[in-house]
Amino acid sequence: MEEGVVNEILQGPLRDVFDSKQLITDISGSGNNWAVGHKVFGSLYQEQILEKLRKSAEHCDCLQCFFIIHSMGGGTGSGLGTFLLKMLKDEFPDVYRFVTSVYPSGEDDVITSPYNSILAMKELNEHADCVLPIDNQSLFDIISKIDLMVNSGKLGTTIKPKSLVTSSAGAVKKRHQKPFDAMNNIVANLLLNLTSSARFEGSLNMDLNEISMNLVPFPQLHYLVSSLTPLYTLADVNIPTRRLDQMFSDAFSKDHQLIRADPKHSLYLACALMVRGNVQVSDLRRNIERLKPSLQFVSWNQEGWKTSLCSVPPVGHSHSLLALANNTCVKPTFMELRERFMRLYKKKAHLHHYLQIEGMEESCFMEALSSLSGLIEEYNQLDATKSMPVEDFPRLSVAM
Amino acid sequence: MSVVTVQLGQCGNQIGFEVFDALYTDSHCPHGLCSKRENEAYQASCKERFFSEEENGAFLFLLIPLPSHSLNFSSPLVASQAISPHWCNPLWYIGHSLFFHLERGFFNKSSDGAYSVHGPRHEESIMNLIQKEVEKCDSLSGFFIIMSMAGGTGSGLGAFVTQKLQDQYSNSLKMNHIIWPYGTGEVIVQNYNSILTLSHLYRSSDALLVHENDAVHKICAKLMNIKQISFSDINQVLAHQLGSVFQPTYSVEGSCHYRRNPLGDLMENLVPHPEFKMLGIRNIPQMSENSLAYSTFTWAGLLKYLRQMLISNSKMEEVGIDWHVRPPLSRLPTLGKASLNRELQFNTSIANLVILRGKDVHSADLGGFKDPALYTSWLKPINAFNVWKTQRAFSKYEKSAALVSNSQFLLKPLDTIVGKAWNMFASNRAYIHQYTKFGLEEEDFLDSFTLLEQVVASYCNL
Repeated sequence: MEEGVVNEILQGPLRDVFDSKQLITDISGSGNNWAVGHKVFGSLYQEQILEKLRKSAEHCDCLQCFFIIHSMGGGTGSGLGTFLLKMLKDEFPDVYRFVTSVYPSGEDDVITSPYNSILAMKELNEHADCVLPIDNQSLFDIISKIDLMVNSGKLGTTIKPKSLVTSSAGAVKKRHQKPFDAMNNIVANLLLNLTSSARFEGSLNMDLNEISMNLVPFPQLHYLVSSLTPLYTLADVNIPTRRLDQMFSDAFSKDHQLIRADPKHSLYLACALMVRGNVQVSDLRRNIERLKPSLQFVSWNQEGWKTSLCSVPPVGHSHSLLALANNTCVKPTFMELRERFMRLYKKKAHLHHYLQIEGMEESCFMEALSSLSGLIEEYNQLDATKSMPVEDFPRLSVAM
Repeated sequence: MSVVTVQLGQCGNQIGFEVFDALYTDSHCPHGLCSKRENEAYQASCKERFFSEEENGAFLFLLIPLPSHSLNFSSPLVASQAISPHWCNPLWYIGHSLFFHLERGFFNKSSDGAYSVHGPRHEESIMNLIQKEVEKCDSLSGFFIIMSMAGGTGSGLGAFVTQKLQDQYSNSLKMNHIIWPYGTGEVIVQNYNSILTLSHLYRSSDALLVHENDAVHKICAKLMNIKQISFSDINQVLAHQLGSVFQPTYSVEGSCHYRRNPLGDLMENLVPHPEFKMLGIRNIPQMSENSLAYSTFTWAGLLKYLRQMLISNSKMEEVGIDWHVRPPLSRLPTLGKASLNRELQFNTSIANLVILRGKDVHSADLGGFKDPALYTSWLKPINAFNVWKTQRAFSKYEKSAALVSNSQFLLKPLDTIVGKAWNMFASNRAYIHQYTKFGLEEEDFLDSFTLLEQVVASYCNL
């Protein structure tokens, strides 16, 4: 939308990648107002957007899914983004919708971000097939960690200078110039690894739709916590087994998660491991056996692991692992969001900016709030089953 | 008589490659340990069953891989040119007209993606392809369908295609080669996919030849001593076992003519009753090439191990065998026998087929397999047990024996899968919404559960 931002990209090094026919711009942004993004821009540009989508879709031999990449806290990404989501569901009901959402962190420069986020959450609950929540604070922590390692020379000669991660870590030094590039790079890597099995060969492929199929046992619970390893490169190509196993362990540590969450101490509904590089099925199985005892899975999905092997490793690494977890550890993020929302809403602060937009009423806020509360309640119920003994259901009996 | 092989899904295709490689390599192996004339007859028989000859002398095997991207070809249309390193054997190749191009796999949805939606959509093209292959055969023995149970394409489309073959070629036999997934996670909904697939196949297939990933994995680890086991290793062991069953054998005791109808003979020997269709394979010896150079075998030794593998339900020799399991005394009344067998963990068989290949094969003594205690009461050993032989050695093993068995081998794994699927189903219908989205209903699941509980009960009461 925002012309300024779009123009900057069109002048950047990747300008040839983007087709200008596919861009829609408006002069200003949405003023951090979800209602502007959703209702105003939504209705204004609906036809145009639909037109361009249809054209792009026609170019595809076989359209598998849509990726929506946006933030929750702003106006355009949050408002127009979720409007788009509903449109995609109506227009292309058979095509999966994957949403990568950046959630606002604690110290956030947008005051109304709780409002925007909660209003967007309702849409995500209802219209997305799969959501990968990300928060800036976690990304920042990860970058700082890499920074520390690069600077302290701890890894010394083992870091390859040209790897995707370290070249962006270099960017952190120029922090004041491009602060978000390094953090965005991590999200980019997430999406690369997610789609690698669909793009490259491997002995156990996984299409994008398999993610939704295997990781979403109930339609509401489609929020997946992601974690990436390794975060630094190793120069040694034949990684000794110990190092490979370390990669798997790291994926479950809370320092590697892309949101503030600790899956190890919460309940897993399902987990996917997408491995790239020279890793074989026996390595995968060995590590699953090793890590299983320390993780808690819901009683009816004790072996809830989905795995994929792609032979092509990412640039600069010899292998990598992306773990996607459907885990109750997302709950605190949502609860925190709700709290921040309540703090503003109780005082009716900034509400008038929203209510003055046509189509917005206080009931929108109430509905959004109850949608989120419903979701949190579902996670609560699952957590309650955590310490209950596992009982098998009685089987069907047949006459002999 | 020829066999048309249909490979479905990533698993089916990867295995199919290894199987044909094994068959071809063995039939052209110079160490057959038999006369030249004998060797030529063997080769000719193998060729007749599985390969069709092209004008330039190369062999083309009769197959239909789906979807093509699972073979790692960048574009299906240039498949024959863009042969990836795996397929570099210059003597056989795949004609690209045989590829049925599906742009995407069926993402682990057994029944929606493959069975109810995509199956019907592509029915005509698939059946046409199969028809073309059938027409190439002088006489059709039947179909061999290679598929996995846990994924989406192999399992769902496999079930669909088998059903269609039943409709269209009702006089031909169908054997499905099924890969039983690892117990722990390849696919989370594998138990659902498995029960749906098995229940459909039970209605339309004639026999189900099963290989369990866990079992073959153990063979790779313990017997072949492979450190970092890949799917390719697993598939090679599997292909070896299949090869040792399907390669030619003499048709009559003592003669030198090879059997013409492999599928028909297998079914006749092993599937006497339609309620009992699940077959397992055991093979001995299996070892790495290095160890092979230092080993010698006797028929007595091999058969002793094989018999114990059968009755104690072990998957491999030496390491896995429980020698404490013994057949109960045959004087017991029939009623008591079944429950006693359960207690002793004794594997009761319905029918067994032993295939012997190699030197001095006529001197092998198979008395141990004719013991009535091994079998159920309603079939006498003379009908339940058969043996096929050939002097021609298989794939560098001077002597080798394979056992195809219709017994309680798969009772426990089946019971486990049904149990797990049921638990998931009963827990608020977890994941069911993913299937109902595409036209499958809870009723269909319940039907599958019922059918399989019936099968479990039948095998249990042998």
